[in-house]
Amino acid sequence: MAPVVHFHAAVALAGRFPALAGVDLSLNPGEVVVVVGANGAGKTSLLRACAGLLPVTSGEASVLGVDLTTDHTTVRRHVGLLGHAAPLYDELSAAENVRFSTRALGLPTAVADAALERLGLVGRLRSTPAGRLSAGQRRRVALAALVARRPALWLLDEPHAGLDAPSRSLLGELIAEASAEGAAVLLSSHEPSLSVPLADRVATMGGGRIVSDEPGGRRPALSAVPAPNTKRDAGTMGSWHVA
Amino acid sequence: MSTHSEELGTSPRWLTVVGLLGLVALGFTVWLGLWITPPDQVQGNLARLLYIHPPIATVALYWAGGVALAGSLLYLWPRTRSFFWDRLAASAVEVGAVFAALTCVTGSIWGRPAWGAWWTWDARLTSSALLFILEVGYLALRRVPADPHLRARRSAIAALLIALDVPIVHFSVDWWQTLHQGGTVLDPGFNLHVHGSMAWTFLLGFIAFSLLFVWLLGVRYRIEALQDQLCDRELEVSLSDRWREGTELAGVGAAGPTEPDGGAA
Amino acid sequence: MWRDAVLVAGKDLRIEARSRVALWQVVPFAVLVLVLLSFAIGPDTAPLHHAAPGIFWIAVLFSTVLATQRSVAIESGDGTRDGLRLSGIDPGGIFLGKAAAVALQLLVLQLVLWAGVTFLLGVRVHVVWLALVASLLATVGLACAGVLYGALSAGLRVRETLLPLLVLPVLAPVLLAGSKAWQAALEGNAHAGADWLRILIPFAVIYLVVGTVLYGPLQEAA
Repeated sequence: MAPVVHFHAAVALAGRFPALAGVDLSLNPGEVVVVVGANGAGKTSLLRACAGLLPVTSGEASVLGVDLTTDHTTVRRHVGLLGHAAPLYDELSAAENVRFSTRALGLPTAVADAALERLGLVGRLRSTPAGRLSAGQRRRVALAALVARRPALWLLDEPHAGLDAPSRSLLGELIAEASAEGAAVLLSSHEPSLSVPLADRVATMGGGRIVSDEPGGRRPALSAVPAPNTKRDAGTMGSWHVA
Repeated sequence: MSTHSEELGTSPRWLTVVGLLGLVALGFTVWLGLWITPPDQVQGNLARLLYIHPPIATVALYWAGGVALAGSLLYLWPRTRSFFWDRLAASAVEVGAVFAALTCVTGSIWGRPAWGAWWTWDARLTSSALLFILEVGYLALRRVPADPHLRARRSAIAALLIALDVPIVHFSVDWWQTLHQGGTVLDPGFNLHVHGSMAWTFLLGFIAFSLLFVWLLGVRYRIEALQDQLCDRELEVSLSDRWREGTELAGVGAAGPTEPDGGAA
Repeated sequence: MWRDAVLVAGKDLRIEARSRVALWQVVPFAVLVLVLLSFAIGPDTAPLHHAAPGIFWIAVLFSTVLATQRSVAIESGDGTRDGLRLSGIDPGGIFLGKAAAVALQLLVLQLVLWAGVTFLLGVRVHVVWLALVASLLATVGLACAGVLYGALSAGLRVRETLLPLLVLPVLAPVLLAGSKAWQAALEGNAHAGADWLRILIPFAVIYLVVGTVLYGPLQEAA
């Protein structure tokens, strides 16, 4: 059974700067891993490298079975990245933005609409141009686009930032659902109190490397994983958009 | 990741030899061209520019352009990808730009007595001028600071596009001129009857400028390579700093994920 | 790829419809260029008539630069550039979609300029089909070359100054051929004008193909 993410001694450069200086990390389907660390430790770079946006120049790095050192474009449509900046077109409404995202994968409009509803983006919120939404609302639109595409790997960069309390608990639910259906979730966070309870494991990053990897606060009953780092059955990958 | 496989010392012997040979050949060309050879029957002394203008133009377009194109293609092709080709292409474009400008200048000097104006929109000269501008654009693009891989890739594609554009421009401008003049091509220069000492001098000029091109290319390449080597050193330093940063954190690791180092979370 | 192109073109055009930048900024700019060049060349009608095709096409060329800048600027936020790369849309499709959107805007712009030239410079197009075909072909070439060079300079902060320097020399053949074709159209000399289409057609085809192929690698290089 293949891990969703497998990095070993991975190095990635941002310009001349070694953003990732030898990362060792593995994620299995259904696992939720939180990455913590100081500013500049490389958390965002790690997420971007997993998404295939930051080329890995040396070491081993594979996502969903694809070797990132040789091909970093194929995985992109199969992962969902929620970065700091929401990928929204300001002149288009929330609905139009999410529909663009789903139509890019050939999914029907109903999927986009369902995701918008799930994220509570209804009524006037749906049709307001994205440029006029608050930062938290924009986050929710970006999240709706991600949810609608049902990726096999979720990459969330400080997802709690800018979200109000109801949205945060909704995020927790969405992550739990995704993990239950076999997607792997990697998120970075500055707020351990919110993120550690969601996670199977907590990895600490420093200087472009993972310096510690410890069990998280997720209770076994929710994840059905008896202990951290146990390999899971590939059968749970069924409903998610892989390949 | 280093962009180099070997260290660079002082200028290699062969390059210095080429440079000296080129200068000597140029010296002979000037001497022969200005003093020894006879003036042309039709154009008089003006024809002496023949010894330098066509060679310069050939270098600008074919030598420099050819090396730049080949280097760019070889860089983009995965199997032959190496920063050597990137540096070579960039050096060729820069040297080529200088030669393109010289083509315009020598052509203009020729044109003044022959046509009565410093510049006429002669097809060849206009193409050279546009080539010069295109190459300046490439150099401007290359100056933008970026990761070496990105810069190399972007420059290589830009060079390909320039190579694509040069024939289009040349063809269009040529047509523009010929149709404008109703079919006759005004081309006073290159229909000269070259014979005897003029032929030898012409050949010598050709050789001289080709050698000088190789020399300038080599020198420019070295400068580029040395700059890259400097950057590589800086990269090694920052890589080891980053490694140390991580190792220190691992030592402090007992603090755990709830207390990330550096506070300002 | 074609479906993706339609998707991207639709997105770009919808954004344009909402923001109306082309309508309120690019078109007025083109007319402004027309007027300024007329100031420089006129007020005698004879030189203006003579220069009319050139004036038209210079205005179109400069407007192409603006329209291209705008097309690139749609994805200027970090989020949207990443978003497009992550979307799964074929890069060739992105290129074709963006070029189609720019081309459409340029065509509308040329209609306005045509009216401007007729009205302000007092010239009349006698061979309408020639002017139309030349404009159409030129527009395809301009849009494709523009979007391609836009991609080349996309990620750079100096894009505003670099893009004109990079793309205008490349567009020179279109200026040449377009002016000559329009001159023939104004003079009623269809046969001579049609010759110039022989530059416009390959230019359009070449940049259409090259752009579709190179847009993907350029997205990565930005």
